[in-house]
Amino acid sequence: MKISASKNMLKRFRHEFIILAIIVVLSITIGSINSQFYSVGNIYSLLKSTVIMGLFALGSFLVLVSGDIDISFTAIGVFCMYVTSKLVLLVMPGAGIVLIMLIAGLMGVLLGFINAVFISLLKMPGLIVTLGTGSMIRGFLLTFIGVRIINKLPDSMIAFSKITLLHKAQENGHIVGLSIGFVVFIAFAILIYLALKYTVTGRAVYALGGDRVATARVGFNITKVQFFIYGTVGFLSGLAGVTHSSFMRNGNPFDLVGTELSVIAAVVLGGTSITGGKGTVFGAVLGVFLLVLINNSLIMVGIPSYWQRAVVGIIILLSTGSVALQERRSRGV
Amino acid sequence: MEEELIVVENIEKSFPGVRALSDVSISLKKAEIRCLAGENGSGKSTLIKVISGIYKPEKGLITIEGEQYKSLHPIEAIRHGVQVIYQDLSLFPNLTVAENLALNSYLGNNKKLLKWKDVKKIASSALSKINVEIDLNGIVGSLTVADKQLVAISRALLNNAKIVIMDEPTTALTQKEVDSLFKIILNLKEMGISTLFVSHKLREVIEISEEITILRNGRKVAEGSIDQFDEPKIVYHMTGREVGTERYKYVPRGDKLPVLTVQHYSSDTHFEDVNFDIHSGEIIGITGLLGSGRTELALSLFGIHQHDSGKVLVEGKEVSTNTINDAVNSGIAYVPEDRLSEGLFLQQSIARNTYVSILDRLQNKLGFVDFPKADITVETWIDNLSIATPSKENPVSSLSGGNQQRVVLARWLATDAKILILNGPTVGVDIGSKEDIHNKLRELARSGLAILIISDDIPEIVQNCNRIFVMHKGQIVERLEGSRTHENEIVAILKKLK
Amino acid sequence: MKNWFKNIDSNLIRLLIITMIVFIIMAALVPSKFLTLRNIESMSFQFPELGLLSIAIMITMLTGGIDLSVVGIANLSGIFMALIFTKVIPEGTSGFPMFLYLIMGIIVGVSTGAFAGYLNGLLIAKVGITPILATLGTMQLFTGIAVVITKGFAISGFPEAFLIIGNSKILFVSFPLFIFILTTAGISVLLSKTSLGINLYLIGTNEKAAVFSGIRKARVLIKSYMLSGILGGITGVIMIARTNSAKADYGSSYVLQAILVSVLGGVNPAGGFGKVIGVVIAVLALQFLSSGFSMLRFSNFAKEFIWGAFLLFIMVLNFIQNRKAAKNIVKKEDLK
Repeated sequence: MKISASKNMLKRFRHEFIILAIIVVLSITIGSINSQFYSVGNIYSLLKSTVIMGLFALGSFLVLVSGDIDISFTAIGVFCMYVTSKLVLLVMPGAGIVLIMLIAGLMGVLLGFINAVFISLLKMPGLIVTLGTGSMIRGFLLTFIGVRIINKLPDSMIAFSKITLLHKAQENGHIVGLSIGFVVFIAFAILIYLALKYTVTGRAVYALGGDRVATARVGFNITKVQFFIYGTVGFLSGLAGVTHSSFMRNGNPFDLVGTELSVIAAVVLGGTSITGGKGTVFGAVLGVFLLVLINNSLIMVGIPSYWQRAVVGIIILLSTGSVALQERRSRGV
Repeated sequence: MEEELIVVENIEKSFPGVRALSDVSISLKKAEIRCLAGENGSGKSTLIKVISGIYKPEKGLITIEGEQYKSLHPIEAIRHGVQVIYQDLSLFPNLTVAENLALNSYLGNNKKLLKWKDVKKIASSALSKINVEIDLNGIVGSLTVADKQLVAISRALLNNAKIVIMDEPTTALTQKEVDSLFKIILNLKEMGISTLFVSHKLREVIEISEEITILRNGRKVAEGSIDQFDEPKIVYHMTGREVGTERYKYVPRGDKLPVLTVQHYSSDTHFEDVNFDIHSGEIIGITGLLGSGRTELALSLFGIHQHDSGKVLVEGKEVSTNTINDAVNSGIAYVPEDRLSEGLFLQQSIARNTYVSILDRLQNKLGFVDFPKADITVETWIDNLSIATPSKENPVSSLSGGNQQRVVLARWLATDAKILILNGPTVGVDIGSKEDIHNKLRELARSGLAILIISDDIPEIVQNCNRIFVMHKGQIVERLEGSRTHENEIVAILKKLK
Repeated sequence: MKNWFKNIDSNLIRLLIITMIVFIIMAALVPSKFLTLRNIESMSFQFPELGLLSIAIMITMLTGGIDLSVVGIANLSGIFMALIFTKVIPEGTSGFPMFLYLIMGIIVGVSTGAFAGYLNGLLIAKVGITPILATLGTMQLFTGIAVVITKGFAISGFPEAFLIIGNSKILFVSFPLFIFILTTAGISVLLSKTSLGINLYLIGTNEKAAVFSGIRKARVLIKSYMLSGILGGITGVIMIARTNSAKADYGSSYVLQAILVSVLGGVNPAGGFGKVIGVVIAVLALQFLSSGFSMLRFSNFAKEFIWGAFLLFIMVLNFIQNRKAAKNIVKKEDLK
């Protein structure tokens, strides 16, 4: 009984295990070439690098599971970040970080709802809608709000980037800590996991991706579910935007947009099906880890950083290709 | 007198371009099994959707459990115990059996949070109601059709069902599975639940139902106790005309070589040592249980599936059946089982749907298609098969099921095929059109084609085939003479197979 | 989703009318600039690149797929050509030998595109990766290779004779526009008059039925991605000739713009429907908007905003119109 259950687990999370194995093998390889890799400082900095992509990926993951695709989230992120920063500086420069994140998040929710209106009420495909809203949001930001980099952010945002936990002394005597941003990312990952697993709306996200018609027939309110999905994407994007500018210590309205396809790639790498209904939060998080590991560690093993994209491309092709071949074989074609 | 559970009176419902229901009434008593019969487009599905609250009728009255409604809201229908099991079952293929069963009741009770222990509890009690065992943690997408159907039925019962509407529930079931489905329906009757059984398989209709209501062109044309009906009478009401029951007579044409010879044809996984031949003018029927290997045999002959050993000869010459193009070039054509997903390009024109199989022959060396020639071919076949359409440029989706099937036929006849393999040639086709298609097949056989029909429809096989093979576990286990075989013989053979 | 694209012809006519309205409004707002020969000429240098990329994406969309890698292909082709022009051609070459070198370069560029497209086709048709993922991967791969070759720097300084392609006119038509017209005419004929073209539409409508009808699916898919790659290669030629430089990540925003143009032009992303002429009108509409707003001193970002708005506007308009059409039928029935 126990054995069959664990076998079942293996089978159901096979993809996640494969990605995990790749991460482990890659880490061991990199570490054996350059022992610096194992240093606490490096690991902490790697983890910090997963935060922005990770927050975006959680939203992207939700949309993919529901069987659609969203490419406007980076535009929403940069919009919320820039507008919130400006607003806060203008009205209440002393605002705390939680308030700032809430403002940005709620702004994101509103923008996400615009997507939801088109997608659920007018029944337009997500790709087209978010192509339109994404370029509108960024265009609006750069035309009507500003193109200048904000060099002096609200104090609380700068302070946020300096908050660290789990302090450790490195060999050189430097004390390093884990960025609180990573904790925020993981906290939201857990929250999304719980929401998907233990709420009826969460199950509806999977149901929607599995069979849309059946979802409606069973009596789910698809409109409500889609507003939940795109609202959440907006919230996470707003959060990602603010965190990004906090890490960068400036508010650059030209940032983030252009990374959306890499984020989707990370989610897909983690085993989420692009046709909907399948995927786990754990997988999506692992996908982000893997991508960040490749992006940040090639240089440690002496591979020049300009190899990054090619390597990422090959990994995407190998991983999706092996899944595709497996499915082909199991269908016996 | 028993109390009526639901009374639907004088319903009118129109859609863009069609009046789907006019003045239709139907009622159901407690624990009654009623059949709703009618051809495609007769208004059956519209009526179901009116009862389940998906459509709002323009006129009419629905009285359910004593309460009167002009139209029902889906939630009201569910509250009164109306449950529809659609033909596609409406399950979530990516979720587990337990979730598929329990999500409904969570929605019904307006609960927001899931307790996985409860989910399992709800699910196992649901399955136990109809005494079946299915792994609760299994993913629904990997179940057999019959198991999926059981899940759908259990799900319906969970919601306090009083009326279960089953839309074509037996389409994808084997004979045995149909039998066990009928047991469950009788079981429901004992629990006091009424069933509205929608089917076009008349033999089953007569077997299971107590009452019957027949629709034609959106009107109710007959109703009564099933004892007063037999198959020809139901057919007459459904189609409005008498349908012939004459059998096909094969007249040998005196050719020496058979058109198709299959020798020791085997595939490691699906069929073994299949041997038969077909002469010009013959119509051969293959039947058998689902999974008997008959579809795989057909697909292999057509080059879609691979075979592992054995020979195929066309007019005495060995030919390759490794690819579809090999098969087509040696004169083999295949009309697939599922017209909509495997046969048609629904939104494309009738013309494109027809000449697709001969595009290679219609192009010149540069790859340009000879459209005048294509048009002539298409028009010839539209005439020849009397496909009812104002223009060959209309999308195939504008045609009725029978006419769509003719387009698929035309596609293959245009290749000058010598051997025509048809898998379920009249599934989902109206009885009237069905007869036309049968007549056309007979005509084609008489003009020299060799035809192989794979079908579950025993009357169809008995009526149209001069030889009948029964397949089981990948082998031909019975060979019968069409003219001397009665339907019941074949049914008996099928029931004995394990 | 299929409903969206049913009334394709009436939608196309509406797009044409709107495009003309845009043209007239722009001409009315800034007549002194918009209606000048100079503006028309300058527009004719600008839109062919995006136009060709959009046609490339359209071809793959017709099969029900997509080619996200097409800009990556254009850049990679550009860089291979640039290497030939800067590293292979000996100093002081001119006249006929120069011409041969140029032809060689262009052949290398276009065949790079064809080969890259072939790789996409293999991954999709033979390995079985979903098009959006396969080309997402190759997009990274092709751009990645380009970055590796150039180490991230731009290559520039091509022979004068080559720059003619991007900067000169034949009679009154700009060279890029000339290439665009020839290519789109060719693709249009190919799609409507050859069996490859028809097969492509049929695969996009119903892949399974296509296989059952004897269409060699893998072959057709590979050819269509090769075609898309070749168009990417041709775009690469124009791009580097116009800017006199080749860069690994030039025009990366073109990918989404090209999808936008195809969809605006009535191509169904689910496959099976779409016409070259629709995409041509769509790219013109965007060019008019974009040039007009430039003259009104709108920034590039305002254009981004307007493009997005325009896409949503047209889609919503189609939605309302198609629904109205459905309602009208009901009314007519009631009158009977």
